[in-house]
Amino acid sequence: MDDLIADFLAETHEGLAALDVALVRLEKAPQDGPTLSEIFRVIHTIKGTCGFLGLPRLESVAHAAENVLGRYRDGSLKVTPDGITLILQALDRIKLIVAGLEEKGTEPAGDDAALIAALDAAFAGEAPAPAASAPEEIEAEAPAEPAAEALAAPAAEGGAAAPPQSIRVSVDVLEDLMMLVSELVLTRNQLLQVARARGDQAFSVPLQRLSHITSDLQDGVMKTRMQPIGNAWAKLPRLVRDLARELGKKIELEMRGADTELDRQVLELIKDPLTHMVRNSADHGLESTEERRRAGKPETGRVTLNAYHEGGHILIEIADDGKGLNTARIREKAVAQGLATETEVAAMSDREIHRFIFRAGFSTAAAVTAVSGRGVGMDVVKTNVERIGGTIDVASAAGRGTTFIIKIPLTLAIVSALVVEVAQERFAIPQIGVLELVRVGGATGAQVERIKDAPVLRLRDRLLPLVSLGRVLGLEEEAPAADIGFVVVTQVGPATFGIIVDRVHDTEEIVVKPVPPILRHIGVFSGNTILGDGSVIMILDPNGIARATGVAAEGASARAAEGVAAGMRSAGRTALLLFRAGDATPKAVPLGLVARLDDLPVDRIEFSGGAAVVQYRGALMPLVPMGGAGLSAEAEVRGRQTVLVFSEGERSLGLMVDAILDVVEERLEIKGGTDRAGFLGSAVVAGKVTDVIDTAWWLRQAGGDWFRANETVAAKRLLVVEDSAFFRELVVPSLAAAGYEVVAVGQPAEALALREQGAEFDAIVSDIEMPGMDGFALARALREGGSWAALPLIALSGRSDPPALARAREAGFTDFVAKYDRDALAASLAACLAMPVAAG
Amino acid sequence: MRTQSTQAAIDEGELVLTLTVGGQPCGVPVLQVRDVLGAQGITPIPLAPPEIEGAMNLRGRIVTAVDLRRRLGLPSRDATAKPMSIVVEQGGELYSMLADAVGEVVPLLAADRQPNPPTLDPAWREVSRGVHRRDGQLLILLDVERLLAIGGGR
Repeated sequence: MDDLIADFLAETHEGLAALDVALVRLEKAPQDGPTLSEIFRVIHTIKGTCGFLGLPRLESVAHAAENVLGRYRDGSLKVTPDGITLILQALDRIKLIVAGLEEKGTEPAGDDAALIAALDAAFAGEAPAPAASAPEEIEAEAPAEPAAEALAAPAAEGGAAAPPQSIRVSVDVLEDLMMLVSELVLTRNQLLQVARARGDQAFSVPLQRLSHITSDLQDGVMKTRMQPIGNAWAKLPRLVRDLARELGKKIELEMRGADTELDRQVLELIKDPLTHMVRNSADHGLESTEERRRAGKPETGRVTLNAYHEGGHILIEIADDGKGLNTARIREKAVAQGLATETEVAAMSDREIHRFIFRAGFSTAAAVTAVSGRGVGMDVVKTNVERIGGTIDVASAAGRGTTFIIKIPLTLAIVSALVVEVAQERFAIPQIGVLELVRVGGATGAQVERIKDAPVLRLRDRLLPLVSLGRVLGLEEEAPAADIGFVVVTQVGPATFGIIVDRVHDTEEIVVKPVPPILRHIGVFSGNTILGDGSVIMILDPNGIARATGVAAEGASARAAEGVAAGMRSAGRTALLLFRAGDATPKAVPLGLVARLDDLPVDRIEFSGGAAVVQYRGALMPLVPMGGAGLSAEAEVRGRQTVLVFSEGERSLGLMVDAILDVVEERLEIKGGTDRAGFLGSAVVAGKVTDVIDTAWWLRQAGGDWFRANETVAAKRLLVVEDSAFFRELVVPSLAAAGYEVVAVGQPAEALALREQGAEFDAIVSDIEMPGMDGFALARALREGGSWAALPLIALSGRSDPPALARAREAGFTDFVAKYDRDALAASLAACLAMPVAAG
Repeated sequence: MRTQSTQAAIDEGELVLTLTVGGQPCGVPVLQVRDVLGAQGITPIPLAPPEIEGAMNLRGRIVTAVDLRRRLGLPSRDATAKPMSIVVEQGGELYSMLADAVGEVVPLLAADRQPNPPTLDPAWREVSRGVHRRDGQLLILLDVERLLAIGGGR
């Protein structure tokens, strides 16, 4: 059955049941105004809904009855028992039709003319109702009876199934149930802990059952709290329609994923922000019809709402195809309001600037509406969303529209959490944000390294910023010298960071209870709870920790989110290490090329023949000064020298720099080459002009043949196909340094042209993502035939997940190497080139 | 549950639970008190305002404990001294006020209440609704709402 009809039936049943009682009451006290109004309202609602749903028979009966009731209510007609009887008959007829509707989904056939005539007569004031309507009543009943019987019978048969499709339960009852279940979960946890401690076998089986039943009950109760998000959207079409009329715009509202279910509590909290944002999109986001026409867009503006699940979260997008945020005006306003200085603003990406609309104080309605055309109370929206553990972001393109993305947790009530310990205190971290746990320190664990004073962890070739929980919470002054413990790798929005803790206990299902108002200003807690052992424990909010420490700075996360929002996964992104050396211009090097960061005591640096060296793992590591000669000025002061270590096989080389600035992930576009030796050119990184260093050049400074020592590789000829000048510059020297003869081309077409010219190579290394013909297409073209059909073909890609690998193999690539992994490329080349030799 | 006698007492003045903080007798309206407990296991809350001792579990509900000594700017009690918890409800949340000792429930007549003496320490004045003379000592009637106006709630 149609959902609408089902809802209508549930509502009508309820109304009718109330009416019977009310009508009887009315009969006893004919002048009871409130009762009359109540009856009128119910009938009126039924009539109105019928008209909307297209149920003409029901509508006409309800309409006639409503007319009579209307006169009763006005007092222009006296309530008589006969009149009540007539209304009750109309009610019976309505019930009859409703029963038929419930069974078949359509109105049963039947003639209500007589009943309606009687009602109309009563309405017309032919108040001799007793006399005049009595015979009509008989007539009216006559056609009704058979219909009633015909309908009653099947209704009785199927009666058990039909009505109780849904029942209405007061929210309070559900809340109470939820609370009781929460308590039950806590008690169960407590019992399990006691049983575990005692090791009593006799309890274990019934306890396990209890545990299962509790979990099922918990799931069940949680489900009762779920509501489709469409409920929160119900008012929006009307709102948008009214706005459109008021503003003289043509607006189409599209709602997708309305059946996505959300916890009632969450739904309540986002309802108002959502309404607010849709109004904003329609009002300020969309241009006027005239402007749209001029801009060559369809006259009808579009506001799209989209809700969907993604990994334990619900994502809600509110998008418009309007003019986009006015970046320049927001920038001006931000400076005018003192939220940022001119220089800061100049260094920001558009997206960071857009995020100002979420800042408190940026949103006095008049100012922002006039200035940026957006942002009335966006800070309030953000606060509301964050209160329920969500995040909000904005993506906007001038002339193309604005999209807000809200990410919220599925449920607020019971979550699975990891219990961790720091400084002898325990805390819970919701599992939902935890990506993995890494053991650090000790003999076997990974080592925590430091960039300046900031701890980082090298995890699968990425530098993961770390925060010490003890320091964040003010429990420890300094992180202990030996960083032994665990790192909880956590994701907040698009940013990933690690939280250092001393110990990790269990995971436990916890019932999130809000923190009292006097603690709400502490941003790092999202709630508190009672553990199985009865102790109270605070629940950490990774969002808050990120904010408190700036580890996932707004700018950084926005930059990363930009790629996601635009559907561009980090294909072209490079993790870059930013540092300072010599002059004030920041320098950058792809992080993947750096083997290690060291902070060496100056007295360990020795000079042999004018060149700086340091003893490292029993060998001498040459140190090359980057800024000027000798130690950097800062090193002299500090007594320690910061060094970027590059490794090649057994050898290492250190590049002496002044200071490490940051690690950022960015799309690297080198603008304007440079004649300066040692630099590939400059690029805008983190909003600043940055020199990108030519690693190979610096490595050569360590000694002419430093990287050529490995003479075992015969001069094999390689063809490198890579569209990015930067990576050509990066890969070619390093391959050349490894003893290959390298030819590089910028696109597949050039490679194919070389083949036509009869050029000969021993192997081909190609990028995957290239404009126009991509790496896959090139591989297929080469494998189809021609002189290069059997050559080893190695793919270079930013992505190295199994599907990409499979696709590469299918296209004809021999091997697949992550783009910045020099060692892997060298190994792959060696292996590929060795094969034919072994075969021959 | 308001019996007639307590109702009468309220009409005349207030039923007050007496307690001592740093040697000073104080009182809180007994109708605001939900529980009086002995020493409890309290979980400290990092970053919380200093007045907040921590959180404790009262029959499945979380109670935030406020140390009255620190709230009133008095020196901390001996490590060995076990404070008493006076649990009150405010805005749907439970709070425990930690006092040195809890006395008895006594009716205090509104008519006997004196305004705060001008020499009263500002920390006390902020939370005092007035003073009563009792057994030769001054008893300060505490305003629970203002006592709990701490940190983010202030």
